[in-house]
Amino acid sequence: MLSRAAESIYWMSRYLERAENVARFIEVNCHLMLDLPIAVKGQWEPLVLTTGDQDLFYENYETDNQANVIDFLTFNAENPNSILSCLRNARESARSIREIISTEMWEQINKFYRTVQNTDKSQAQNAPHAYFTDIIMASHLFTGIQRNTMSHNEAWQFARLGRALERADKTSRILDVNDYYVLWPEVEDVGTPFKNVQWSALLKSVSALEMYRKHFGPIDPHNVVNFLILNREFPRAIRYCLFGANQSLHIISGTPEGSFKNTPEQLMGRLLAELDYASIDDIIASGLYAYLDDFQTHLNKIDTAIFETFFQICPPGE
Amino acid sequence: MDFSSYALDGFYDELFEAPGIPHPGARLLIEKLGSLSESELQKRHQAAELALLNMGITFNVYGSGAGVEKIFPFDIIPRIISHADWTYIEKGLKQRIQALNLFLADIYADQKILKDGVIPRHVIDTAKEFLRPCIGLSPPKGVWCHIFGIDLVRDQDGQFYILEDNLRCPSGVSYVLENREVLKRVFPQVFAASHVRHVDDYSAHLLNTLRSLAPSHVASPTVAVLTPGIYNSAYFEHAFLAQQMGIELVEGRDLAVADGFVSMRTTRGFQRVDVLYRRVDADFLDPTVFRADSTLGVPGLMEVYQNGHVAIANAPGTGVADDKVVYAYVPRIIKYYLGEDILLPNVPTYLCWEDTQRRHVLENLDALVVKAANESGGYGMLIGTHATQTEREDFAKRIVQNPRNYIAQPTIALSRSPILVDDHFEGRHVDLRPYVLYNGEDIYVLPGGLTRVALKKGSLVVNSSQGGGSKDTWVLYDDSDPFFPVLNQSQIQL
Repeated sequence: MLSRAAESIYWMSRYLERAENVARFIEVNCHLMLDLPIAVKGQWEPLVLTTGDQDLFYENYETDNQANVIDFLTFNAENPNSILSCLRNARESARSIREIISTEMWEQINKFYRTVQNTDKSQAQNAPHAYFTDIIMASHLFTGIQRNTMSHNEAWQFARLGRALERADKTSRILDVNDYYVLWPEVEDVGTPFKNVQWSALLKSVSALEMYRKHFGPIDPHNVVNFLILNREFPRAIRYCLFGANQSLHIISGTPEGSFKNTPEQLMGRLLAELDYASIDDIIASGLYAYLDDFQTHLNKIDTAIFETFFQICPPGE
Repeated sequence: MDFSSYALDGFYDELFEAPGIPHPGARLLIEKLGSLSESELQKRHQAAELALLNMGITFNVYGSGAGVEKIFPFDIIPRIISHADWTYIEKGLKQRIQALNLFLADIYADQKILKDGVIPRHVIDTAKEFLRPCIGLSPPKGVWCHIFGIDLVRDQDGQFYILEDNLRCPSGVSYVLENREVLKRVFPQVFAASHVRHVDDYSAHLLNTLRSLAPSHVASPTVAVLTPGIYNSAYFEHAFLAQQMGIELVEGRDLAVADGFVSMRTTRGFQRVDVLYRRVDADFLDPTVFRADSTLGVPGLMEVYQNGHVAIANAPGTGVADDKVVYAYVPRIIKYYLGEDILLPNVPTYLCWEDTQRRHVLENLDALVVKAANESGGYGMLIGTHATQTEREDFAKRIVQNPRNYIAQPTIALSRSPILVDDHFEGRHVDLRPYVLYNGEDIYVLPGGLTRVALKKGSLVVNSSQGGGSKDTWVLYDDSDPFFPVLNQSQIQL
């Protein structure tokens, strides 16, 4: 397929996944704030910090209250990671590959964007649960349409690749928030009902609470980290995401898994092997946050390698 | 909602032959509309608009900031063309595309028509779209224009006239196909009962035409649509056609010339392209031959084309036939190459470069329509009857300064067709753009075309950039055709 088209569908997927994640973070934080003691309410800044857009935020708003953070993360056109910006970019990407994606996909992404663009903003502020749940569901609808109306061809594999990498990145970031959240529990810090609320919120923010309970039962920080990094069955666990991304890379190149023909496959295989044999105790003992930082660096390298291998090839003789 | 208050105001009407009396082919539609309540009709209208919006059938408005998209306004009352009218139009268009192709092949080669004095040499020499680098080119099978769009109008007496030719990159066919999709949802039963000829195999015909241009040794040619990109006002159509044909949609930056062939950049390396359906103006196709500042084209493309290693539709250079001064010579072009009289007439046209005709134009500006030779989209045009004194003086000045660049035509009382306006119907002026495909052997005329309608009351300008909209166009089958599937009228629930 055309390199430009492959790049567009890859980014279309990443942007949609990003929009969905932002919506989920906001939704969960709204809930969390309701459950926290009055003295520690108002923890909205960490949401801005997770995307690294704090400078931009304070250029546009004075305080980090709920209304401002929701506005910034949802509607702000200058924020490249706001839901609206992500949807706009996803739609522009989709528009440039109209002939590759199915009409149903195009109509859904188009409807999705127009709905958020034409929202009465007070809805997001006054009824955040309903509002952000709708956004998450619209994204689910899109992925379902994509799975069922488009051939699982090369283009589809690039879409899956983009989504998987974005999702792995977001899960690693939500685990990484301890750096920012004053109130976020330490891994060793467990047992008080208050802390349990927070660990539950963390799981909810990646829609993992119920599946976690089935797997491990009671909330335990080691197990939560284990579940979100190493689980092979939960679709937002990092290990699961990378497994899918790796599969797509090999389907695209036609190389059997376990071997490699290009740099993205090589880097991905190495990272995946590391996760395959990792133990959660070692990860925590060696420092969770250093581990996550390192992981994100690896992901960025893979992204760059994908760009160089598939999207930016040069004609013979150049 | 009924048509009891619908007035024809002395214009030819596409649905009514006299007040209250529909044309035979429109009878079922008018009955159906009469049986629907206002709210029901409005509901169907809104459903149609929403469908278009959700399909993303929008065009970009130039010069109004990034991301400004509008849907092409759509009126749900179709325009209906009888079998007899269509047979006449079809013949006229086939004649015209054949003659214009012979003309293009001639003026980029021996220029016999100029040597024989049928067209003055200076008319061609000064034509903006006469592209000198195209002299001596020999397109596959000698065909220059494969995809032809023609603007037709109808006057007070119901006579059809050709208003303009579009041999460069005629656009709008995607609206024909999408309008039809929407109308089938809006009026399914009337549609079935009215015996409407279908339009949805246009893309199959287009693909066949394009594939037939590939070099003969290529068994399974790679065909691609070349678009300027997502910010082009017709991008929706480029993507739509590529999707319908199942071929690649490429931009100039996706292509490169290497080893004498054109290739596209894919995830598995470079892949050869055999046929390009270009929706980029010829001027921008190859910066080494045409405009050097073009970033939309492919450096070296023309050399590959000259060597017959890639086919381009339409051939670069066809734009010379869109020149409105050249248009005025089409009756003579048909006579010269085919030895026939023109079947579907031109609108009488005054050439401002000729002294006597210019004098007549300048004296009668308040009655004429003046057009610049190479503009389209309703730009560069004066409608004398509607213009102010200052506008007329301004145009008079322009004509005197550059007479070669202007033509004038009598104001035609364009035919009208009813549109839905709030709680009633009103007549609005319409034109018609049919589409013709030519592969050197067969000519295919899409039964239908884009009916553009001036939504503003009294306006004669139907272009989308000037407040125009569109309608579905129903060309009817010949009911006397014994092969036509007979439907029992009484069984059809309207």
